[in-house]
Amino acid sequence: MFGQATLSLVIWVPILAGIAVLATGSDRNAALARWVALAGAVAGLIVAIPLWTGFDTGTSAMQFVEKSAWIPTFNIHYHLGIDGISMPLILLNSFITVLVVIAGWQVIQDKVAQYMAAFLIMSGLINGVFAALDGILFYVFFEGMLIPLYLIVGVWGGPNRVYAAFKFFLYTLLGSLLMLVSMIYLYFQSGGSFDIQIWHATPLGMTAQLLMFFAFLLAFGVKVPMWPVHTWLPDAHVEAPTGGSVVLAAITLKVGAYGFLRFILPILPDASREYAWVVIALSLIAVAYIGLVALVQADMKKLIAYSSIAHMGFVTLGFFLFNPLGVEGGLVQMISHGFVSAALFLCIGVMYDRLHSRQIKDYGGLVNKMPVFAAFFMLFAMANAGLPGTSGFVGEFMVILSAAGVNFWYAFVAATTLILGAAYTLWMYKRVVFGNVTNPHVEEMTDVNARETLVLGALAVLVLAMGLYPKPFTDVMHVSVVDLLAHVAQSKLP
Amino acid sequence: MSDFLTQFAPALPEVFVLAMVSLILLIDAALADGKRYVTYALSLATVAGAAVLTAQDFSIMPVLALGGLFIDDPLSDALKLFLYLAVAVVMVYSRDYLRQRGLYKGEFFVLALFALLGMMVMVSASHFLTLYLGLELLSLSLYAMVALQRDSSVATEAAMKYFVLGALASGMLLYGMSMIYGVTGSLALADIAQILADGTDLRIPLVFGIVFVVAGLAFKLGAVPFHMWVPDVYHGAPTAMTLFIGSAPKIAAFAFVVRILGQGLESQVGEWRDMLVILAVLSMAVGNIAAIAQSNLKRMFAYSTISHMGFMLLGILAGSQAGYGSAMFYVVVYALMSLGGFGMILLLSRAGFEADQLDDFKGLNRRSPWLAFLMLLLMFSMAGIPPTVGFYAKLSVLQAVVGIGYVWLAVAAVLFSLIGAFYYLRIVKLMYFDTPHDTTPIIPCPDSRIIMSANGLAVLALGILPQPLMAVCLYAVGASF
Repeated sequence: MFGQATLSLVIWVPILAGIAVLATGSDRNAALARWVALAGAVAGLIVAIPLWTGFDTGTSAMQFVEKSAWIPTFNIHYHLGIDGISMPLILLNSFITVLVVIAGWQVIQDKVAQYMAAFLIMSGLINGVFAALDGILFYVFFEGMLIPLYLIVGVWGGPNRVYAAFKFFLYTLLGSLLMLVSMIYLYFQSGGSFDIQIWHATPLGMTAQLLMFFAFLLAFGVKVPMWPVHTWLPDAHVEAPTGGSVVLAAITLKVGAYGFLRFILPILPDASREYAWVVIALSLIAVAYIGLVALVQADMKKLIAYSSIAHMGFVTLGFFLFNPLGVEGGLVQMISHGFVSAALFLCIGVMYDRLHSRQIKDYGGLVNKMPVFAAFFMLFAMANAGLPGTSGFVGEFMVILSAAGVNFWYAFVAATTLILGAAYTLWMYKRVVFGNVTNPHVEEMTDVNARETLVLGALAVLVLAMGLYPKPFTDVMHVSVVDLLAHVAQSKLP
Repeated sequence: MSDFLTQFAPALPEVFVLAMVSLILLIDAALADGKRYVTYALSLATVAGAAVLTAQDFSIMPVLALGGLFIDDPLSDALKLFLYLAVAVVMVYSRDYLRQRGLYKGEFFVLALFALLGMMVMVSASHFLTLYLGLELLSLSLYAMVALQRDSSVATEAAMKYFVLGALASGMLLYGMSMIYGVTGSLALADIAQILADGTDLRIPLVFGIVFVVAGLAFKLGAVPFHMWVPDVYHGAPTAMTLFIGSAPKIAAFAFVVRILGQGLESQVGEWRDMLVILAVLSMAVGNIAAIAQSNLKRMFAYSTISHMGFMLLGILAGSQAGYGSAMFYVVVYALMSLGGFGMILLLSRAGFEADQLDDFKGLNRRSPWLAFLMLLLMFSMAGIPPTVGFYAKLSVLQAVVGIGYVWLAVAAVLFSLIGAFYYLRIVKLMYFDTPHDTTPIIPCPDSRIIMSANGLAVLALGILPQPLMAVCLYAVGASF
């Protein structure tokens, strides 16, 4: 019935649900707000499922395309469509939104409706980012999602939340604004169009490509985040509520990486090839140096935040190796990291709700009181360290393999993550879960309840499924990736 | 006799407003204080009547009237409609505020209508004389409005500053106009454009004239380095007057600038473009940076106005129809946001209390989630964050600038708007992240509340569907040049 408007539904169902949640009003109706939010999130996931079932893996063309005039004055269209790169990300986002709503069920007691609404609206906007095929439409979603995220961090965050919210907002805005100027420039170069697919075919001189390359790199690099513009992420993570951290790590970071594939590589292929070394160098620094930084963190959320930066380094590294294995490895890593980081932040949330501390030193001996939780946490920690059989392994392995074919030293530095990742994750795990109970409050902790088991269990299944049989995921993206790389190989110099 | 009257036909809205304002002046003198609502209603009716007259006679083609002094074209009609809207909204917002401060007198409404008349004349002027006449009618009304609160020394000081600097600016403008008259031998914009397009040997007096005219315009717009009066006047004037000064006159100022530079001095774009570039960059820089340091909201908005005028100049300096259209879009959007911003201060103020400190917005989300949400929309719109209309305003002027090859200017503009985002975000922070230190319930009167809701939601609705407004602006400019 909605065959023609699937993508619109994926975008607008969560947003309208968010408005409905807002309409439930004050905290007197908190229970109602929660159920409306859950219904909205589930509805958002359900309308996204046809994207998977109806997806044609044999073509690299855009699917589920919708196009209508939006601002004819500037030739801006409401133009949506997905390919194998964006489709998995939309499903990931819709899925994570459900988890976030459930995870905030009891924890959030203050301004419940606004909290749930912010997440739902943001979910719709992020789907819009992945589905937009018009530059300005993309920009509207890309920037629009900052508003709910700013409020989530600032209103429900920790003690230093104001600083974190401002830092996060202004950092990302800086990048976006330069991207906006680049987009306007592209509009004139392409003869008056904001269509991303037309930009893909627009010839551009090297100087213009170079300048735009760095503008886009800043815009997306801040979101990824890449070293050295990553400093907002640990602050935002630490101060954000659990749900905020989950969405930040699992989804918003992917928005940046997605931008590389949708904008930088196909629009600026010559500059991308010429300056691939910049991105590769920054990525390797992220993998190795940030891995070391993660090792010394005393705060669990900060540790996972740094670990996220290191893992995203893998993603950008894979993209700029310019072969299908690397790009697909990066994409798999994105999805996997979406599951694993979400799960780890949820695990930290579970502990924080009971002890109100994120410091590693306050824990110890958790396995005695929370055996089921310890088992879940173990699985996700292993996945984060890249243990074979979990989703974390697949992407990393593909990228390292691909890197080895390009340059031994790339592969060598990248592979240090297998050691560093294991070191910081498992060392944290050991200190938190094993050993003797030293903190008397740990004695009072109870194991995961049904709600938490459901959330963590769902993620555990996905992490294992993707680790054991990743083919469905790579099948979906393969044709699009090959086509993208063929496009990147062609020079656009006039 | 009938010939004489038909000459006035294109100026019917102006004639109507003048007649009504004289009538209101007489009626109000006979009214007791308790019956002031008659003045209020009559004033709104005047604005509505003028709107009907203008809309009825919306011209497709430019019509010159009164011996070339007056022009009735799509640009003037469209701008007048926006002016009526802004003035009417100002009156609704201001009523409670004025009543609580003993300013709810006929003078406010009469002065506001005279100012409106001045703006209408400015918007429809096709001759230096009418331009100047309209400007002075507007300015003198504004000076008096600022000084209306006689026992307030701050307001009197503000009025004095406004008057002295405004007179200086008018002087410069006149001086520049006289130079241009000396070069071209005409005061009519169309003739001037024709003569200058044919070329003239008198380059030096001409450039001299342009410099003085641009300086005078910059004074009126409040562009740096001619901005000194803006913060003091915005801050010192009673908030209702600040609301007035910050909204409709900006639209009129846009018309003023476009008529002189875009129509009269069109062929000299090479001369004035670089001047505007400097004014625009300085305005965006000083406005945005100085706004950060303000703790008074009215002062902060004053600096924010300066930066917004800088942005608007970006559209004008493009010197093309697309550029003027984008500047018009910008200024209309700006007026809408400015109405909302100052209107919110009015709504939160009450007898003996001005909600004009940043701290007065602390925890607004707890006191009134709806008003906080509207203010949130307005602030993000001023910062130019989609999906609010402020984004498209910025987009359209940036596009105009990139279109003439000034990419560096667009980059500078976005960097300054990044700085600007900080202080708008700070207001959102105060409203949403902080706890209120004042828990007095907020009881705005119903009409203000409804208009405020419409105002805030318009910022969002136009952000989702900006095309109609954009099309109107581009059409008005396109059909008038």
